[in-house]
Amino acid sequence: MELVLVNLIDGLVTGLLLFMLSAGLTLIFSMMGVLNFAHASFYMLGAYFAYQISLGLGFWMGLLLAPLIVGVMGAGVERYGLRRVHQYGHVPELIFTFGLALLIEELVQFIWGKNQMPYDIPEVLNFTAFAIAGNSIPAYKIFMIFISISIFIGLLYILTKTRVGMIIQAALSYPRTVESLGHNVPLIFMGVFGVGTALAGVAGVIAGPVLGTFPGMAFVLGSIVFVTIVIGGLGSLWGALVASLLIGWITTFAKSYNVRMEDILNGIGIVTPSDLEDNIFRDLWTLTSPQIADILPYILMVLILIFRPYGLFGKRDA
Amino acid sequence: MRNTTKLGVSTALALIIGATSAFAEDIKIAFIDPLSGPFAATGTNGLHQFQFAADKLVNEKGGVLDGQTFEVIGFDNKISPKESLIQLQVAIDQGIRYVVQGNSSGVANALTEAIDKHNRRNPESRVLFLNYAAVDPALTNDKCNFWHFRFDANADIKMDALTDVIAANEDIKKVYVIGQDYSFGKAVAAAAEANLAEKRSDIEIVGNELHPIGKVKDFTPYARKVVSSEADAVITGNWGADMLGLGKSIIENGFTGPIYTYYAAGSGITAAFGEGGKGTIRLISEGQINPPASDESTAYYEAFKAKYPDGNIDQSRIANTIGMLAQAIQEAGTATDVVAVATALEGMEYDSMWGSKIYMRPQDHQAIQNMHIAVHTDEGVTFDYDNSGFGVVTETTVEMAGMDSPTTCEMQRP
Repeated sequence: MELVLVNLIDGLVTGLLLFMLSAGLTLIFSMMGVLNFAHASFYMLGAYFAYQISLGLGFWMGLLLAPLIVGVMGAGVERYGLRRVHQYGHVPELIFTFGLALLIEELVQFIWGKNQMPYDIPEVLNFTAFAIAGNSIPAYKIFMIFISISIFIGLLYILTKTRVGMIIQAALSYPRTVESLGHNVPLIFMGVFGVGTALAGVAGVIAGPVLGTFPGMAFVLGSIVFVTIVIGGLGSLWGALVASLLIGWITTFAKSYNVRMEDILNGIGIVTPSDLEDNIFRDLWTLTSPQIADILPYILMVLILIFRPYGLFGKRDA
Repeated sequence: MRNTTKLGVSTALALIIGATSAFAEDIKIAFIDPLSGPFAATGTNGLHQFQFAADKLVNEKGGVLDGQTFEVIGFDNKISPKESLIQLQVAIDQGIRYVVQGNSSGVANALTEAIDKHNRRNPESRVLFLNYAAVDPALTNDKCNFWHFRFDANADIKMDALTDVIAANEDIKKVYVIGQDYSFGKAVAAAAEANLAEKRSDIEIVGNELHPIGKVKDFTPYARKVVSSEADAVITGNWGADMLGLGKSIIENGFTGPIYTYYAAGSGITAAFGEGGKGTIRLISEGQINPPASDESTAYYEAFKAKYPDGNIDQSRIANTIGMLAQAIQEAGTATDVVAVATALEGMEYDSMWGSKIYMRPQDHQAIQNMHIAVHTDEGVTFDYDNSGFGVVTETTVEMAGMDSPTTCEMQRP
């Protein structure tokens, strides 16, 4: 029972981290219709910038400055890159962001090399917050939860309660009308892109010390972020939150409990074949959940695409 | 008319150059390993160590035979077996007779097969395969051939030595085995199980688990299971980002016992573990780095650091490979007849500067040498890794590990 609680907390941390990435991506998509392949690369940049800043000014300045730099870079990419490509349609935009992802990865390797970076948890947070039945919960995890929840609340507040949020929401659905009312829609787009990438930057800053800061970190997270927004429904902030938490908990629980395929199949009435060693389905029978934990979200995505193509919270029918 | 003159002149020039190079020909060694992509750091670091070893151990001492020098040329195989075979052909076409490779047993399996075939069909351009790191036991068992030599201990020998140390530690009652879900991870798990059952039947294996390779973002759930299983020790064959992620996570979640690893050093991993891994991370490898084994190795390492300030010597066997090849060529009196060189390598006993005698077992071409269990720490470190202040210090040594280990190899000699 205690382990369930521990897993809930671990899954929450993973899920919220995923949320910070997918929130920006889904906002950008709903606004501009651009699937930003380079989104996870901005996450990586956040981690590397924060590492570099933390060497001189400490972790906290890194947390403050790195997302800002990433956000400004993101806005620049929108202003001088995407906006120019936009007139040629969606495919060139996709190719542009894809190329950008490759470019950023090479650039990071060029500057920082290919090794792991010794980017570490700050001393102040390097202690055990509390323990549940011998499983210690590091204070840093609590800090991660705290940061991501405050970002979610902040975003929700800005989008639904403020004037800026109202204009953004209006520009989402009726950009021409908003424009003719005298608002600068391209500026709004640039701002949203900048904020979205800055969010990815924050995720990088706080995930770097726990998940490792290395050139492959964008690649590891890149595809799962897309899965999240597809499951949640493209363009939905709530959807992104629910899907992130769902994925966080599914993968955590699948890894923690050794559910064996044999038990499931027996449970639904299929008897284990006696010649298991030579059976052509041997690999299927001997599967365990930790082995496939990280593939489960993809299976979920396929199911969602079949039964509810617009996602859990998506509004429009894709 | 002018064109003809040009052609004539350049042909003559080419002939002259060709003649001179034939006169004082270097001994070329093809280094076929990843020099780009995700494993480029490991490959590039290995190439530097090879080039340094060739310069230091052979060229600066006047070369071999009548002053011939070693030249190590990098061929990028992008860690793909298919690409490796192309690069092998390129190397052979350039007249190269010696191939070194180490990263990935999948590549090594492809190379050893291709070289065996090539040597049977083309006796006039035979090549030798010096494997410095691919540790799949099959390479010196079922798939062994006369042209393949392994200078690293294979996975079984390493596990044998590792479990000797675990068996001698009475405090260890429960062991958790976890690794990457592919051939090597499975081989490590199987060897750990078999060895522990034989040496200490009272040790309980409380977990035996595989995780997807290179796909896991967060190792926390795995670490939770390790901690809640109350294991006294962990064994893992993980490498790269998977090694760091798993190790860090296990330590952060409150595990304090030893974590026995194959590859938890260098390439930024030592620096990233830092204080957290101190006294917990243990590493099995050949070659003693700390304390330095000899004055020669100290001087060698210092010279290496002077040339590559950001580099590490994390594969001391590379120096052994070059040293033994030079000695074999010297004994054989030829560098072009690789059969004679291979015969000289067979059964060779070589005194390594890293504090071990190395015996190239003739039955299967597996190098037998001392294995060391080292601990990750910052105390008593003469040569650190990643300029981090942390390094590996030898705790236990298993002399001539795996000397009598069985082999199924039936060596076919030409």
